Amino acid sequence: MSTSTGIGLRHLLSTEGLRREQAEALLDTAAGMEQALTGRAVRKLPTLRGRTVVTLFYENSTRTRVSFEVAGKWMSADTINVSASASSVSKGESLRDTAATLGAAGADCLIVRHPASGAPHRIAAWLDRVGHSHLGGEGHVAVVNAGDGTHEHPTQALLDAATLRGRLGRIEGAHVAIVGDVLHSRVARSNAHLLATLGARVTLVSPPTLLPVGVGDWPVTTSHDLDATIATGPDAVMMLRVQAERMHGAFFPSAREYAVRFGLSQQRADRLPDHAVVLHPGPAVRGMEIASSVADSGRAAIAEQVTAGVHVRMAVLYHLLAGEDVA
Amino acid sequence: MPSRRRGASGSGGASAEGERELLSAADLARTVARVAHEIIERTAPDGGTAPVVLLGLPTRGTYLARRLAERIGEITGAVVPTGTLDPTLYRDDLRLRPTRALAETELPPGGIDDAVVVLVDDVLFSGRTVRAALDALRDHGRPRAVQLAVLVDRGHRELPIRADYVGKNVPTNRSEDVAVRLVEVDGEDGVSLR
Repeated sequence: MSTSTGIGLRHLLSTEGLRREQAEALLDTAAGMEQALTGRAVRKLPTLRGRTVVTLFYENSTRTRVSFEVAGKWMSADTINVSASASSVSKGESLRDTAATLGAAGADCLIVRHPASGAPHRIAAWLDRVGHSHLGGEGHVAVVNAGDGTHEHPTQALLDAATLRGRLGRIEGAHVAIVGDVLHSRVARSNAHLLATLGARVTLVSPPTLLPVGVGDWPVTTSHDLDATIATGPDAVMMLRVQAERMHGAFFPSAREYAVRFGLSQQRADRLPDHAVVLHPGPAVRGMEIASSVADSGRAAIAEQVTAGVHVRMAVLYHLLAGEDVA
Repeated sequence: MPSRRRGASGSGGASAEGERELLSAADLARTVARVAHEIIERTAPDGGTAPVVLLGLPTRGTYLARRLAERIGEITGAVVPTGTLDPTLYRDDLRLRPTRALAETELPPGGIDDAVVVLVDDVLFSGRTVRAALDALRDHGRPRAVQLAVLVDRGHRELPIRADYVGKNVPTNRSEDVAVRLVEVDGEDGVSLR
């Protein structure tokens, strides 16, 4: 029976703290979006007509920005892209003023990517305080975190969960290994929390130097040995990109040694259970964290992840913008 | 929980003494059979020029569409494709309520182009669900004609929409609920007013 209680989401800033029923509602809605659009000539829904979605990106991105933009457009929202380099940010405008300006200009939703962890949270708090003061707007401006520093990237975790649900049929009880540069990975953090919330068992596999301080508080187990983890027969392996741009120190001796110890080679992939899925958030560095032959194999769900990304982001926009404002 | 098309007052508090049965399980079966005959008469699914497709509006319309197709099959031998169409994303009252969960959408493999599409729902009230369904239909293809079959028409239309096939006309007060129960969802068949 369809309920009309909503899922009580005002912003989507992190998967940590997202309740299980909220996460499942988002995944169910994403599946519904996929169903609503399959086999149609016209991939357009009128659901968000008259709503304005602004993507505010302080870091480079192709797939995430395009994915949000497509999601908005397929639901008839007006989507506007602001990139920091081409805006008043380059004239020295503060984050707070930029956010307030976009809110006052009529944005109903800000999709924010920022190199500083916590930036979207600050924006959400500022906009909530400003509240109804701007003229003509609806008042509430929803904020979606599209990746903040090394903190979180909740829609990536949701699309990974949607992909796993599609491939494995369930997430409850599944064993997922997240492999690589956990320290710099907002994808790893968001996934660890979301997958645990959804009932999966998560193992982080990483060199000791690339595990964050405080990982002991995460709902995961850790390992420094990829072969040992593969021997336990995980249902899914999520390979993380080595984020050279965030590494300002010597985290491992050489790229070659990293690839040998923590890369998903064809030999390692062959030892996975037949049903096991390989995920990569992209962009993949082939030959480094994942062998080309594995990335192109039937196990890899990389293309499905991109497709699921649009449906998941449609679901997020739907729950944030389609219903009445959540008080 | 039975389907309740609530009155505009939204109070919806069903008092136990105020419940009145409109259709028993046997009445409901007879009504479905009669509507099936009417659809056959009007659309000739066993030899007409255009194929007939029954599309149910979730949740209970979907099961009613399947029952109608089954009866039509028993009577004429024709196989009538059925599907389900969730109009939620096309509703005009989304902003007035918290977001709803989406229901299933699955069109028959042959699609709906050039078919006579009969939309099937349990209760016809304001007409807004049907309006949303018509808009959704337009994005899925171009039927030759669209008709509407409902189990109960309770009046209080807010749009110029009428049903082609009506199981039972029931004059109601806006604040009353029409509760349709189907075995597939609720474990029993029946319609009551409270």
